[in-house]
Amino acid sequence: MATTDKAQVVRAGKTYHDDLEIVREELDKCMKCGNCMSVCPVYGADKVETAVTRSKIAVAEAVLAGELELDDPQVYAMLFNCLVCKSCMTNCPTKVNFDRIILALRAALVRKNGLPWLKKAIFSTLKHPKLFDAGLRIGAAMQGLAFKTDKGGKAISPRSPFARVGGAIGFDEERQMPGLNVTPLRERVPEVVKAPGAVLKVAFFTGDSLNYFYPDAGQDLIDVLTANNIEVHIPKAQNCCGVPVLVHGDVETVRTLARNNIDTFDKTGCEYLITGCGSCGGAWQHDYVDILAADPVYGPKAEYWAKRTYDISTFLTRIIKLREPKGRVERVVTYHDSCHLKKSMKVFAEPREILKSIPGLTFKEMSAPDACCGSGGSFVLSHYETSSAIGRKKADDINRTQADTVSVGCPACMMQLLDNVHRAGGQQEITHFISLLAESYRKEKTDEGSRS
Amino acid sequence: MLDQNIIEQLEALVGKENVLTGKVDLVAYSYDATADLPRQMPDVVVLPTSAEMVQEIVRLARRNKIAIYPRGAGTNLSGGAVPLKKGIVLSFQKMNAILEVDAANLTAVVQPGVVIAALNSAVAQHGLIYPPDPGTVATATMGGSAAENSGGLRGLKYGVTKNYIMGMEVVLASGEKVRFGGKTVKNVTAYDFSNLFVGSEGTLGIITELTAKLIPAPKYRRTMMGVFKSLADAGNAVAGIIAAQVIPATLEIMDRMTIRTVEDFAHIGLPVDAEALLLIEVDGMSEDVVRAEAEAVMQVVTGNNGDLKTAETDQERDQLWTARRNALPALASLNNMVVLEDATVPRSRITDMLIACQDIGKKYNLTLGTFGHAGDGNLHPTILCDKRNQEEVARVHKAVDEIFEVALRFGGTLSGEHGIGVAKMKYLGDELGQSGLNLMRNIKESLDPEYILNPGKMVPLREN
Repeated sequence: MATTDKAQVVRAGKTYHDDLEIVREELDKCMKCGNCMSVCPVYGADKVETAVTRSKIAVAEAVLAGELELDDPQVYAMLFNCLVCKSCMTNCPTKVNFDRIILALRAALVRKNGLPWLKKAIFSTLKHPKLFDAGLRIGAAMQGLAFKTDKGGKAISPRSPFARVGGAIGFDEERQMPGLNVTPLRERVPEVVKAPGAVLKVAFFTGDSLNYFYPDAGQDLIDVLTANNIEVHIPKAQNCCGVPVLVHGDVETVRTLARNNIDTFDKTGCEYLITGCGSCGGAWQHDYVDILAADPVYGPKAEYWAKRTYDISTFLTRIIKLREPKGRVERVVTYHDSCHLKKSMKVFAEPREILKSIPGLTFKEMSAPDACCGSGGSFVLSHYETSSAIGRKKADDINRTQADTVSVGCPACMMQLLDNVHRAGGQQEITHFISLLAESYRKEKTDEGSRS
Repeated sequence: MLDQNIIEQLEALVGKENVLTGKVDLVAYSYDATADLPRQMPDVVVLPTSAEMVQEIVRLARRNKIAIYPRGAGTNLSGGAVPLKKGIVLSFQKMNAILEVDAANLTAVVQPGVVIAALNSAVAQHGLIYPPDPGTVATATMGGSAAENSGGLRGLKYGVTKNYIMGMEVVLASGEKVRFGGKTVKNVTAYDFSNLFVGSEGTLGIITELTAKLIPAPKYRRTMMGVFKSLADAGNAVAGIIAAQVIPATLEIMDRMTIRTVEDFAHIGLPVDAEALLLIEVDGMSEDVVRAEAEAVMQVVTGNNGDLKTAETDQERDQLWTARRNALPALASLNNMVVLEDATVPRSRITDMLIACQDIGKKYNLTLGTFGHAGDGNLHPTILCDKRNQEEVARVHKAVDEIFEVALRFGGTLSGEHGIGVAKMKYLGDELGQSGLNLMRNIKESLDPEYILNPGKMVPLREN
């Protein structure tokens, strides 16, 4: 962090998460020019000023001036009608760090009133990974009762009794979700996966989504690394990255999660931390640095890891030179830029390079590939209609490419696209881009087998 | 506060979901992109979805003497959308349909809430463009830009919004709806109403539909940059380009302060000892003509001691544009208040005006950078200050007064493209004289005798 930037994050032992005053300068940077309107997905769907960034800033100014209360129901509603996708930040002429503003406001709200009991109930379990594990396991066991399994067993949609209850938030008969696999990734694999003739070792931060929802993609990521002679450490003590909690303003929980994760990865002795999810990678690259900026012990550690965190695609193309894939993957593939991957981690060229290097694969760019899919973590649950309106546009753009496969670098987007592409009548397979590379590597063996 | 009864009637007219009264809603519509103006919350925000709804809302407002503030995207720079007298903000964000693209007649019919860039995407498949390109094309609406008569970077060659509005549907303060103009290139039927309502800033009627003129998209273009050690050389180059009978699509200038600030901000390798920079783009339908024009421009630039850079690829073009694109953001990053003016002078006085702006900045000890459209004489002196420092803000006001005084002395005008709104109303008499002010008032009162439409803008309210 540059010195001037640091002053905008931490002051007198507090970060902007602890003291709303610290974001005042950030608010001052906003000229109200309205450029955010052209990229804000929520504004695109809602078409009212309250949905867009500049108005959220105007309301924040009113809050700081004492003209509005944070816990005014409309203020509260407005603060959570934001995907924290950071699209506005890429189009802001004066470089307003709106992520800091929105997180500071939400944290201030939590400080004032405490987490609403529901959120508390959901997120306090995250402090104890084992409990969260148990919760999701119970969910996995329950899904046989509440959900029906679709043909490949990968996508599930609610059975009718559940749909009647959940219809209002989008859990109707049509909703497609990934199955909660009974065995999470971190229990499938040892803590250290050796590679023959390993030249380097890396630590893999799985995040919850790859661990619980898409363990196959997580496995593919490990396989790709070992195929490149990289030893992979997957510490079992790692927990959630904390972004889902951070966006709800529960800063202390995120700090606890962040410190645990830092300790856990310190112990691996690895110098590279690999992620397969833009939100997790963004947390390590930016959020941990900010939330721990006033912590004399963990602050420097967060900065240490921020510089050593790479999305799998960046690691494969910029740190090492990935082994050229030779197995043919006969697919027409398009790629969706996840917001946190592109706008937070600045990763967008690398996944495309990897995809284009796969033989047999035809790459087709969709229009506006970096337009948000509307997921935003729990936004999809709390604002299902807006989220679907955003997702529909994305599904239309995908359908126009006539691709048979949609590749993504973030599990939350995979879930959202699965639902929206299906609703728009599309049959495309939604996959992590790393799975296509893994597929190519696997095919090399069968291709060779068939040739001999 | 409006009577609950009025709110209920509005809800009955446009649907409950299109009537916003929460305090957060009202804060969100209390400002536009103009700096240094007080905010004012309206009583209610109404989002109509048809012209008939607009008529009913106007009738209701008139019966109850409620002010109506029409609003597009709220990106204007003269306070045109600020609801000074509270009342109703009439937002057109939901009337955003492109009703027709008629490639045979080179026209498009749009609702007022259509974003300019959306119209351009829709007509691109026919090889056409809608040329007016204010800096806010990606957000500003057709209705708003017509009401403000927006300009942009291509004004010199392609003109401004008024040159591209062929017809309209307007709801008058009486509640009547009137249509005029249309798809014919020639039309001298009745008064030229389009030119009356374009640029009327919502004070004479409410635009509910527009017929816009389209042109074939230029097929070829060449982009060049000239960096000059003296302002006189840059000014002579501008004059020289026109004298060589080249009308560039873009002919932009930046002064030393702006160049230095952009370089500090974006690190693109601009020479910080330069006094002026010109960005020049020529375009057209014939490769030969465009090449010949580019060569003429290059000769003029080097002939006036300019350091020349040319772009051979789109990527190189993008690099040349980086400097201009960053002019406002870079200046804006210097402080928390950005006063962006648009005093305009005849092209031959560009150099004089740039020097005058620099002198005014020095005189009042202010951070002032000037960039703008050299080709059409439309400059943007931009002053940065601390909005919490009242003494400094007072000096800014004096400097702005003086900038306008000088612009008028040079035979120029108060506003090239931002409009009068609230921000420049007090200077109107300096340019128009009392008879001009009387004419303004006569037109206003014949169309809107009770000052229902955007009151407090363009024509001062009568003091009772």
